[in-house]
Amino acid sequence: METRIQREARPESMLLNMGPSHPAMHGTVRIMLELDAEKILNAEVEIGYLHRGFEKTCENKTYFNLLIYTDRLNYVSPQINNLGYAMTMEKMLGIAVPERAQLIRVLMSELSRVSDHLTCLAAMAMENGAFTVFLYMMKAREFLWDVIELTAGARMTTSYIRIGGVRADLHPDWRSSVATAVRETRKVLKDVSGLLDKNSIFLGRTRGVAAMSKEDALSYGWTGPCLRSTGIPYDVRKASPYLIYDRLSFEVPVGEFGDNYDRYSVRMREMEQSLRLLEQVAALIPDAPPLPAGPLIEPAEAIRRSRRQRPGERIRLSPNLEGYEKERLPGLTALDKPDALLGTGYGIAVPAKEDTYTTMEGLISHFLFFMSGKGIRPPKGDVYFSVEGGNGEVGFYIVSDGTDRPYRLHLRAPCFHVVAALEQLIKGRLIADVVPTFGSMNMIGGELDR
Amino acid sequence: MSGLDFITTRLETALGWGRKYSLFHYPFITACCGMEYMSAACAHFDIDRFGAGLTRFSPRQADLLLVVGTVPHKLAPVLKTVYDQMLEPKWVIAFGACAVSGGIYQNYAVLQGIDRIIPVDIYIPGCPPRPEMVLDGLLKLQDKIQHQKQDWRWAKKP
Amino acid sequence: MGQETLIDGIRTKLGPDVEGVSSSFGDVVLTIRAGAVRPVMAALREPPFDYQVLLDLTCVDFAAGEGRFELVYHLYSLSRNVRLRLKASLPAADPAVGTLVGLWKNADWLEREVFDMFGVRFEGHPDLRRILTYEGFEGHALRKSYPWRLGQPRIPQKDEV
Repeated sequence: METRIQREARPESMLLNMGPSHPAMHGTVRIMLELDAEKILNAEVEIGYLHRGFEKTCENKTYFNLLIYTDRLNYVSPQINNLGYAMTMEKMLGIAVPERAQLIRVLMSELSRVSDHLTCLAAMAMENGAFTVFLYMMKAREFLWDVIELTAGARMTTSYIRIGGVRADLHPDWRSSVATAVRETRKVLKDVSGLLDKNSIFLGRTRGVAAMSKEDALSYGWTGPCLRSTGIPYDVRKASPYLIYDRLSFEVPVGEFGDNYDRYSVRMREMEQSLRLLEQVAALIPDAPPLPAGPLIEPAEAIRRSRRQRPGERIRLSPNLEGYEKERLPGLTALDKPDALLGTGYGIAVPAKEDTYTTMEGLISHFLFFMSGKGIRPPKGDVYFSVEGGNGEVGFYIVSDGTDRPYRLHLRAPCFHVVAALEQLIKGRLIADVVPTFGSMNMIGGELDR
Repeated sequence: MSGLDFITTRLETALGWGRKYSLFHYPFITACCGMEYMSAACAHFDIDRFGAGLTRFSPRQADLLLVVGTVPHKLAPVLKTVYDQMLEPKWVIAFGACAVSGGIYQNYAVLQGIDRIIPVDIYIPGCPPRPEMVLDGLLKLQDKIQHQKQDWRWAKKP
Repeated sequence: MGQETLIDGIRTKLGPDVEGVSSSFGDVVLTIRAGAVRPVMAALREPPFDYQVLLDLTCVDFAAGEGRFELVYHLYSLSRNVRLRLKASLPAADPAVGTLVGLWKNADWLEREVFDMFGVRFEGHPDLRRILTYEGFEGHALRKSYPWRLGQPRIPQKDEV
């Protein structure tokens, strides 16, 4: 089974395999190089080592179930994938998401975006030898993940952003954890800037290396920080604003030459902009209104009482994760279509737990949401929607045939197009240039190979 | 002879102690669990304090194979080659639900658990597992290493 | 130019190659003739239409119901900030279409992926082979006729663990 590069190689050159399991290959890309001493004459990139059958799996799962698979696409910024999928479905179903949910979604997206850029630059710096930068940035990432964990229950793959809104409200102490995260990340960014920005070793390895021209970048379909590093200020948040980005003020940093250093510097400046956005959104989110006073009964007691009649008192549930408090629910997720109960319509989100466990209609509506064949059934047709992910334009193309499973779901993966350019970028350079080039591209296997 | 047993058990204890506190791991990272591996290896949830901090990027220099993340069928021969290149004594930790059993992916592309191709010592479930779980798994592996018996040639009865 | 004049301009320029215009949840969709995919794309890339970016290329398998594969192209014009979707139907028996390699550089890998997953041949592609699955993988994974759980392991496995 000969590879293309083996067929085309000159007899006097050396073939080197940077195999799929390699510290600098971010897991799963195989780069085969044809070398003349250290100079790369030809390169072949082989991907697909993390092909997990996402698109085929999605054809066999209901729209609600496949949300967990979207988390694991770009796994360093999982909420943005969730968001892309949820917004594509909302476009198809014609749902308007409540204001508070939109603000929380922006908060989560920006936290994910900062953690994406932190991971990318940490890995890139570590592979270039700056191990301290890796440790510092991972420390900052822990603070960001603390915010996410206290709200959503999981640090990484949360499935928090759902179709119609978000899963639950922010945790009661969210303002201080967001403030801590922003403060610590700013400190880390300042330290890392001091370590790398004018570091002659880092500059020597990244300045002028693997430069990409604007025309080539557009021809490859680059989007995101890699495109912005060549000088084109295209950002989906500015070009076609979604959620409430048109109300927030932020800049889109651009680079100049499209080389590795520009990709690094665009990401650093984007993190600063994302932190600005986090502060703005945190100021915009109002404190959750206090729940009406009154006696609360325990859930078990409520279920026992509901066997005879609906309990009049409110049930003591945590608004954060264990269950919705019904008064909070309309602010967090779009309500069911008006005639959702008893099969004449369809619900979009999981009904409130108070209803499910204590009322008959709630139980039926819960079943109708989860039963096979029922649940979310969008109208027939196809839709495409994209959001700005950590790597660029993350787009979902969904074809629906009216049933509860998608007929076809396709992800427009931004790093697929970026990595397609890798062969061109490393040809003619030295082996040592492969590492910072590949690191600055932020290849994420889950997204690349789907 | 009971005297020989005393020596072999003391030697095994010493060997176990030495091996478990100086694990060089080879992180075979593929997918999302890699992010939790990075968290576990860094300053917040350090694995270096258990002696397992040094990452060897060559299987020939490592004795612990950490298979982190999903292994699709395309990558399975690579995993087998890496495992075969490691020298005895070697241990394998399956990190994450996908390495343990295929995880949420049960389809044409994914190997349903790495124990179908290589023997596994410790399974760490989770999608992804919290770093504390990783440390717990590592401690269990250290227990296992401590209590492994050696095949002493000179102590074998004919 | 506004969306209406743009679509009219495209129809005038491309004539019979454009089989229809429709709208799907707010997106503009053009249906084009499969044989004319490359000239249509080449014309759309040039001014005044200026769709410089090939965002995505994918395929949908309608072989069971309607006996066709539908190729879906997404184009984006940076200067005018508009997106466009183009669809071309291919017969299910032997789906083949002209390649876009030469017009856009990412067409190379995108077409390899569609070939790998659906078996659509792209005539003129310099190196059409599998990209996401491996050589030796039989069948095309995303076709509806391919069973979802049929794995093709590359090395022998211990079945009962």
